[in-house]
Amino acid sequence: MQGSISDTAESTLNIAQETGAVDHHADHPDHRMFGVAVFLGAETMIFLGLFSAFLTYRLMAPVWPPEGTPGGLELLLPGINTLILISSSFVIHQADTAIKKNDVGGLQKWFAITAAMGAIFLAGQLYEYSHLEFGLTTNVFASSFYALTGFHGLHVFVGLLLMLAVLWRSRKPGHYSNESHFGVEAVELYWHFVDVVWIVLFFLLYIL
Amino acid sequence: MAQVEILESPASSPPQAHGGERKWTDYFTFSTDHKVIGIQYMVTGFIFYLIGGVLATMIRTELATPQPDFVTPEAYNGIMTLHGTVMLFLWIVPVGAGLANYLIPLMIGARDMAFPRLNAIAFWMIPPSGILLVSSYFFEAPSAGWTSYPPLSVNTGLVGQGIWILAILVGGTSSILGGLNFAVTMLKMRVPGMTLFKMPLFCWSMLATSMLILIGTPVLAGALILLAFDLFAGTSFFNPAGGGNPVLFQHLFWFYSHPAVYIFVLPLFGAISDVIPVHARKPIFGYQAIAFSSFAISFLGLIVWAHHMFTSGTPPWLRMFFMITTMIIAVPTGIKIFGWLATLWRGKIAYTSAMLFSMGFIATFTIGGVTGVMLAAVPFDIHVHDTYFVVAHFHYILFGGAVFGVYMSVYHWFPKMTGHMMNEFWGRVHFVLTFIGMNLTFMPMHELGLMGMNRRVALYDPQFTDLNVMATIGAYIMAVSTIPFIINAVWSWRYGPKAPANPWRALTLEWQTTSPPAIENFDELPVLKTGPYDYGLGYIPEIDPPELYGKQVSEPTAS
Repeated sequence: MQGSISDTAESTLNIAQETGAVDHHADHPDHRMFGVAVFLGAETMIFLGLFSAFLTYRLMAPVWPPEGTPGGLELLLPGINTLILISSSFVIHQADTAIKKNDVGGLQKWFAITAAMGAIFLAGQLYEYSHLEFGLTTNVFASSFYALTGFHGLHVFVGLLLMLAVLWRSRKPGHYSNESHFGVEAVELYWHFVDVVWIVLFFLLYIL
Repeated sequence: MAQVEILESPASSPPQAHGGERKWTDYFTFSTDHKVIGIQYMVTGFIFYLIGGVLATMIRTELATPQPDFVTPEAYNGIMTLHGTVMLFLWIVPVGAGLANYLIPLMIGARDMAFPRLNAIAFWMIPPSGILLVSSYFFEAPSAGWTSYPPLSVNTGLVGQGIWILAILVGGTSSILGGLNFAVTMLKMRVPGMTLFKMPLFCWSMLATSMLILIGTPVLAGALILLAFDLFAGTSFFNPAGGGNPVLFQHLFWFYSHPAVYIFVLPLFGAISDVIPVHARKPIFGYQAIAFSSFAISFLGLIVWAHHMFTSGTPPWLRMFFMITTMIIAVPTGIKIFGWLATLWRGKIAYTSAMLFSMGFIATFTIGGVTGVMLAAVPFDIHVHDTYFVVAHFHYILFGGAVFGVYMSVYHWFPKMTGHMMNEFWGRVHFVLTFIGMNLTFMPMHELGLMGMNRRVALYDPQFTDLNVMATIGAYIMAVSTIPFIINAVWSWRYGPKAPANPWRALTLEWQTTSPPAIENFDELPVLKTGPYDYGLGYIPEIDPPELYGKQVSEPTAS
């Protein structure tokens, strides 16, 4: 009996303290966007590592793409894809502008359009993959092409999931407002990041 | 609610009420309290330290005789690989993260980390990573060493190597999330009035460490992903037969793994800068120099990596560059060492276990630093590359620096973390055994390396036997030395004398709250009255009477 009483007291204490923890969270300003920016900094380093690996292959090879690489890279489809992805960065910014005016409908509209553009980009990428004459293991050029675009594509895909998550959450009235829209801003920043990475990637793989 | 207030209000005289004492079961939950997470990290890390220690003892047992008679050479390669990987990724990295988790919010007067949930997620990646890593041994044991250079790593143990890569990726992600949390917490959540230059030096070193984690670890992840492609998909990123480049892996690997050495040791540089002034009762010598030297080490640490590759066909101009940067890095490191020595100079030194370990730290780390400068010189490095000289060098850094630093931190902060004092007598026994064992194990390895004994091989020429026997005896002493520590820590945690809030009369903020601290660290946000190291300048903390400190020191065995 004694034990059970003190247990109850203890759990009351714990609950009080846990709730206290939630309350205190409002004590300090919101650092989440700063955290997202730092995280994207770390992500940048993965891509820089992969870029430098690619450049090493490129600079060490006498001919690029190496002799015997079947087919080559078309420029038209990836070019259109690039335009779509770059434009989507401007589209997603409209969502940010909308939510700052407390316009949840606008947020949903612009996020849906951005997600659709991302999906078109991925579809275009897959179409390109299926029409290339070289495979993953053909040579180091092919491997690094698939590794780089694939890793970036994975990031685009994650971005789509994040947008769908925001859309799902935005169904609840008041979840996003002009006061509170961390999710929207974070996805936007992430999407810009994915976009900038693609521009570098496009330059390295298709132009250079 | 009234009941809560009664329970939370600290008693006015020491020892104080244990506001934050946790049930042992709390440490097995997904807690978001940085103090719980800190202890989770440290205890988990220590368990892996024991595993790594058993492996090290097996290595030394094998090497007691020139013939491979204890384990087969193949098993030896697997044990050696697992020893290195466990010690680095599951002991030193998590234990540093544990200290940082526990201390940073307390030191800067915050109630928790900036992202408590992310913090818990980061910790809970460590046990799966460790289980994966240890289990990899039982599936075609990876045996390419912790460096996992291709082509060796893609030709031995496919499944085991794959699990090994996955384990490191999980652990690396945990490390990145931790570093992110530390950096944001320190940059954004300091108590009002605490400028960057009023932070304890531990925070400075953790800021530099976080920067290295965030810059370096992702590159390792990229390299390991490419290695996994080579392993499983048949690509040839690192295979010259398909146009790949094995040396590229070494570049990517060391771009992380050289800074990683500073990720291992910088947190302890910070910790020792906080321990020495307290136990010597003197302000730290050269606060700003020590703070900036952490950043200088971080920055230079990012541009020295190819000194691991002087025998990998690096062109001469590249060798020259990396030789010079490597030698320059000794300067900020030396600044720290001189800062600590100058702090000790004419201090009122209390020879507590924490102080003994910090002195051991300075002595052994300096030896490792000196051999580091020797190895930076290209001609010398080519001569001793992949010999026991290198093994001796990095064990003086990692054991003599990092592990001594961890023990020092445990003896110093144990009262704060658990609310109980550790036994000083057994702490000293622990120190003496560790110090003797450590030097007996690794000192002969310098000579062995200069004589040309190769590392990572289970058998050796009989002429090396005597020194190897000596090293093995030292390893056994080290193994025994952990016993008094474990018993002391476990026993003291439960039965040790209750610790006052501030047993060492320290000035940093973590000591200005109860031991252990309440759930949210401070009943009300602390106010900075002094700088972190203003000892001997007329200020005496009001909470504890001075004789308490003297008693702790003069009567170590009293309980």
